[in-house]
Amino acid sequence: MLLQALVLGALVLAMVWLVANVQSNLERQNINSGFGFLSERAGFGINQTLIEYSEDSSFARVLTVGLLNTLLVSVLGIGLATVLGFVLGVARLSSNWLVNKTAMVYVEIFRNVPLLLQIMFWYFGVLRNLPSPRKAVSLGDAVFLSNRGIVVPALEMTAAAWWYGAALAVSTTAYFWLRRRARLLRLADGTAQSIWRPVSMIAMASLAFAALLGGVPFSFDIPALKGFNFRGGITVIPEFVALLLALSLYTAAFIAEIVRAGIQSVSKGQREAAAALGLPDNTALRLVVIPQALRVIIPPLTSQYLNLTKNSSLAVAIAYPDIVSVFAGTTLTQVGQAVEIIFITMMIYLTLSLLTSFAMNRYNARIALVGQKS
Amino acid sequence: MSDPVIRINKMNKWFGNFHVLRDIDLNVAAGEKTVICGPSGSGKSTLIRCINRLEAHQEGEIEVEGVTLDGSLKNLEEIRSNVGMVFQQFNLFPHMTVLENCTLSPIWVQQKSQAEAETLARELLERVRIPDQADKYPGQLSGGQQQRVAIARALCMNPRIMLFDEPTSALDPEMIKEVLDVMVELANEGMTMLCVTHEMGFARQVADRVIFMDEGEIVEENAPEAFFSNPENERTQLFLSQVLTH
Repeated sequence: MLLQALVLGALVLAMVWLVANVQSNLERQNINSGFGFLSERAGFGINQTLIEYSEDSSFARVLTVGLLNTLLVSVLGIGLATVLGFVLGVARLSSNWLVNKTAMVYVEIFRNVPLLLQIMFWYFGVLRNLPSPRKAVSLGDAVFLSNRGIVVPALEMTAAAWWYGAALAVSTTAYFWLRRRARLLRLADGTAQSIWRPVSMIAMASLAFAALLGGVPFSFDIPALKGFNFRGGITVIPEFVALLLALSLYTAAFIAEIVRAGIQSVSKGQREAAAALGLPDNTALRLVVIPQALRVIIPPLTSQYLNLTKNSSLAVAIAYPDIVSVFAGTTLTQVGQAVEIIFITMMIYLTLSLLTSFAMNRYNARIALVGQKS
Repeated sequence: MSDPVIRINKMNKWFGNFHVLRDIDLNVAAGEKTVICGPSGSGKSTLIRCINRLEAHQEGEIEVEGVTLDGSLKNLEEIRSNVGMVFQQFNLFPHMTVLENCTLSPIWVQQKSQAEAETLARELLERVRIPDQADKYPGQLSGGQQQRVAIARALCMNPRIMLFDEPTSALDPEMIKEVLDVMVELANEGMTMLCVTHEMGFARQVADRVIFMDEGEIVEENAPEAFFSNPENERTQLFLSQVLTH
């Protein structure tokens, strides 16, 4: 008890000293404190902004732009890594020698090379080595690969697009409604019926109607070389492509191993029982194996999602404008208020991580086994 | 007796270099109850697992109700829909309720309606004497109850042949009887049964024939009375003296 009180006392003293020390140092160096800087003019440009941004925007705007860029690369990365990881994980268990070994080689290469090196490989080794815009690799004169990034045609909607949107909405609703009805019918009296004919007829009719009313729904803004760079179209910057590739390919290797372990954790008896009941392999996988494997897969998968999001901060190495690069980097250099800026950045990552964990834990609790004795 | 429903002819199987089943010849007639016993590792489980191709045999023929068990997926589907199986470890699906376990195959394989499948399942759960556990999960039941659910689940496919792979070996002694009672009832209703078990009382009571296996061979087969009172083969005598004398 006494010892505990002493340790606590020492800890409080150390914190007080730390705070006092930081304060006196900040004063000596003439550094402001507080969050007032957020409304000041930033004065620097950012090469990928999902919302409107100029040099006249505030540091708060910089923060938002960086956060959105972090979210963009993380969300897309999580999606790609999950799909690729599941495919590789299942492939790893394939009885086909070639498929199995290809997945194994992939996993061993991508999880054993440091992520930072992989980011640099895609950026400096591959994307920056593409030819200059004037000699860009052209795919059908519409998509261009160059060391400035990937330029794709921009899709510009005309007013008629609304009609097509409505047609799509009608078809989708009809599809889900018919599918639900077919399922209920099947469960009610056992008659199976295909819904593809009515669905495709509704889709064609509604699209024809939209075409009649609106005509062509969109036009393309096709990029063209003007001077030293491309005009028109949408440019995807090489920093983004490199970071997205590296993050998803690297994380997919870990997810593949998690998926493999999850599937293998379901005992062989479960698959045998399903087979003995006459279930075809794919039905058994879908209804018996995967639901049980998910319980083992979800917790470590959550960790991988958190890792991917946090690893996206390595963007700073290739100057992709994520939150660390533009806020904890550029903004910090200009303003100098390290305590506030690092605190805000840490809080943002903490919030993102906790939200992800919360969502995944909710899902995990929903699929938990009832009354399972270990 | 009528034509055999299971016909096994000169069947051989290897696990790698290990010869698990040697020249097995076995015919089972409709409604016949066969008990297979033998020391562990003698290949008795492997033999019945070959009948619905949970294990593939390498030589010889297996025919179930006139359908040949080869690589053909269509034949396999047909055979599996006629052959129910009960495992030593129950192998119930832990993420589904008892009722869902029982209706899975009727709904997804036999394309029955949910209502029809549930009525059938409840009927069979009644028959194995656990009608009030339908909405529980397997993890909430005792071993004996779980095994009876597994029997009901297999019966839901309306099979003509039932395979039992040591159905009572993983159970506590006081639960063995409740499972055996259900099996005796099933036997009395005329189901064709192949049962790997060491329950010699059960064999005496219901079996038409007892088969003794050792080192992958059928060493001896006989009606239960003759088998127990007057075993011919030396290995059978040794085995019986070990199982019966304690």
